Amino acid sequence: MILRLVAGRLAMLAVTVAVASIAIYGALYLAPGNPATLLAGGHATHAEIRLITRQLKLTEPFFTRYWDWLFGLLHGNLGESFLYREPVASLLAPRVLNTVFLVTYASVVIVVGGLALGLASALFKRLGMGITILTGVGLATPSFVAAIILITLFAVDWKLFPVFGGGAGFVDRLDHLTLPAVALALSWLAYTSQLTRTAVEDEVKKEHVETARGRGIARRHIVTRHLLRNAMIPISTVSGITVAGLIAGDVVVEQAFGVNGLGSFLVSSALDKDFASVQAVALILVATFVVVNALVDIWSLFLDPRLRAKGA
Amino acid sequence: MAILHLEHLAIDLQTAGRLRRVVHDVTFRLAEGEAVGLVGESGAGKSLTSRAVIRLLPDGARVHGAILMEGRSITDMSRESLRSYRLSEVAMIFQDPRAHVNPVRRVGDFLTEALVERGEDRKKALEIVTGLLATVGIEDAERRMRQYPHELSGGLLQRVMIAAALSISPKLLLADEPTTALDVTTQSDVMVHLDAQRRGRGLAMVFVTHDLELAIAVCDRIAVLYAGHLVEDSPAAHLHEKALHPYTRGLLASRPSPTLRRERLAAIPGRPLSGLEVQEGCVFCSRCAHAQERCQKERPVLRELGDARVACHRAEELLEGGRSGGADGAEFEVRVGDRG
Ligand SMILES: Nc1ncnc2c1ncn2[C@@H]1O[C@H](COP(=O)(O)OP(=O)(O)O)[C@@H](O)[C@H]1O
Ligand code: SF4
Ligand SMILES: [Mg+2]
Repeated sequence: MILRLVAGRLAMLAVTVAVASIAIYGALYLAPGNPATLLAGGHATHAEIRLITRQLKLTEPFFTRYWDWLFGLLHGNLGESFLYREPVASLLAPRVLNTVFLVTYASVVIVVGGLALGLASALFKRLGMGITILTGVGLATPSFVAAIILITLFAVDWKLFPVFGGGAGFVDRLDHLTLPAVALALSWLAYTSQLTRTAVEDEVKKEHVETARGRGIARRHIVTRHLLRNAMIPISTVSGITVAGLIAGDVVVEQAFGVNGLGSFLVSSALDKDFASVQAVALILVATFVVVNALVDIWSLFLDPRLRAKGA
Repeated sequence: MAILHLEHLAIDLQTAGRLRRVVHDVTFRLAEGEAVGLVGESGAGKSLTSRAVIRLLPDGARVHGAILMEGRSITDMSRESLRSYRLSEVAMIFQDPRAHVNPVRRVGDFLTEALVERGEDRKKALEIVTGLLATVGIEDAERRMRQYPHELSGGLLQRVMIAAALSISPKLLLADEPTTALDVTTQSDVMVHLDAQRRGRGLAMVFVTHDLELAIAVCDRIAVLYAGHLVEDSPAAHLHEKALHPYTRGLLASRPSPTLRRERLAAIPGRPLSGLEVQEGCVFCSRCAHAQERCQKERPVLRELGDARVACHRAEELLEGGRSGGADGAEFEVRVGDRG
């Protein structure tokens, strides 16, 4: 039963990615500027441009080109960068790790910090007021503002963290990516905290929690088995939005901190009209978003037995 | 010694920012193995009274008077003793099992939770509750324990709740309208199991219901609440012949007719008052057919009368009148019709 639901969700995922790939490819197909002209440089003759155009199959119809691109993607070929004259895949390889590290780091900060703050503010009234004010400020701080503040305070004034780059090796990366991760996480951490607070407060009022108290169940067990356990359902349902926000924020934060990752590569490729690179990175980001959202949905099925029943 | 003793229990609740008295004066004793029915119309304070016994009152509630469990004061218990009291001496069965059982955990986890919390080995706990499910008429216990609450009918889930209450071998059961939220067809089924288990184990019980006839059938004594006041406490067996308080007699007269299932024979005129609304004099005086001037000025105190207690100025008088088949026979407006 649950397998059927999971399979259905995965099928939906595949369709979404396929549609997204057409959109991404199509958007750039329609973009102004002839890549052959760009590629050939300012002094190229018409003959040279025609040659490049033919080499790149730029005259072929849209779906033929899309199909070639997709076929390549499915075989691990992300295309060739006009600019660097290198396969996009080898350009991405050194950058992917920085981005994965940064986004994972930020996600951990969001989940741990958001749940802890949200839970604390739901359970302790006094503390809750302070946390609500802080998270209100956090929620209103965009990542580029957070980045500027963090750089000024921690890196320039106090010199606690490096300001630039992604670092190499685990510890050095951790050091380099702490400020970017915090800048990226801040508003989502605040969001998750407020979400958790509301979800836990809703749950505290539930009759089944009263039953547990009346049975003499210890407070810590009530918190883990009843409050958090049940509050996880709305929290994880909404966390799909966080993923989209993280991916968008990643582009900004990598720029701000000079992290050489997918986000900053996407920006520079777009400025350079390096179509193949933009297409590849955009598709990777969209696919990641869709996949993580599907995983969140599947995870919700495991959290909530009533959802499983509904799908049956 | 009484297992449970309530002495001038009063409960104030936080409403709209201030404390207001909702339960005013409830005094009764419950002997070991005895069942008392707390009856009265909605808003009388039955649920609050029973919840006070397990200290499950709304936030900010203030309790006055004494609640003693085998001589120990419930209101003064430390957090730790309260926990162990709830884990081993008293268990509550709630009205709506659908809401009172965590919907995302397995039935088996719910059943064993208290035992495991008490330090029982999980396997042993499973064994105990499997046996208990059989005693409340659930046959495929192992399958049921792997299921989730939404996969069980209301009646089954309420039997699960009863089994969970029995799992800790309590001395006292608190049951707050345990069949009211159920399908009519399963109500008696659930009640039969609850009654049988309670009697078989010799448990004391506080049974909250608005259904006086049901209370008479399963309890030893009936405590009648009106507007937060205990107005009568009588042996269940005598109640049909010898109800002392005009309110109790009103409840008896307004029971659903056994032959015409959906029709009630007579109704008490007027609307029930809550504890928030009581004024000077007898709390029932606004609806009482026997009210006199004295009733409006002076609040009757609860006093003993034979083997019962009653709070009515005219109890003896009315009892005599009733015996001689006097004029009070048609004391309530007779209204035959749909109960709605
Ligand atoms: N949580 C609460 N907050 C405010 N008032 C309440 C609360 N619970 C009960 N009351 C009030 O207290 C009175 C008695 O309630 P309750 O004990 O539930 O009555 P019963 O169970 O006899 O119907 C009612 O008037 C009700 O409105
Ligand atoms: S005291 Fe008076 S008003 Fe109250 S119940 Fe008795 S007769 Fe009725
Ligand atoms: Mg009630």
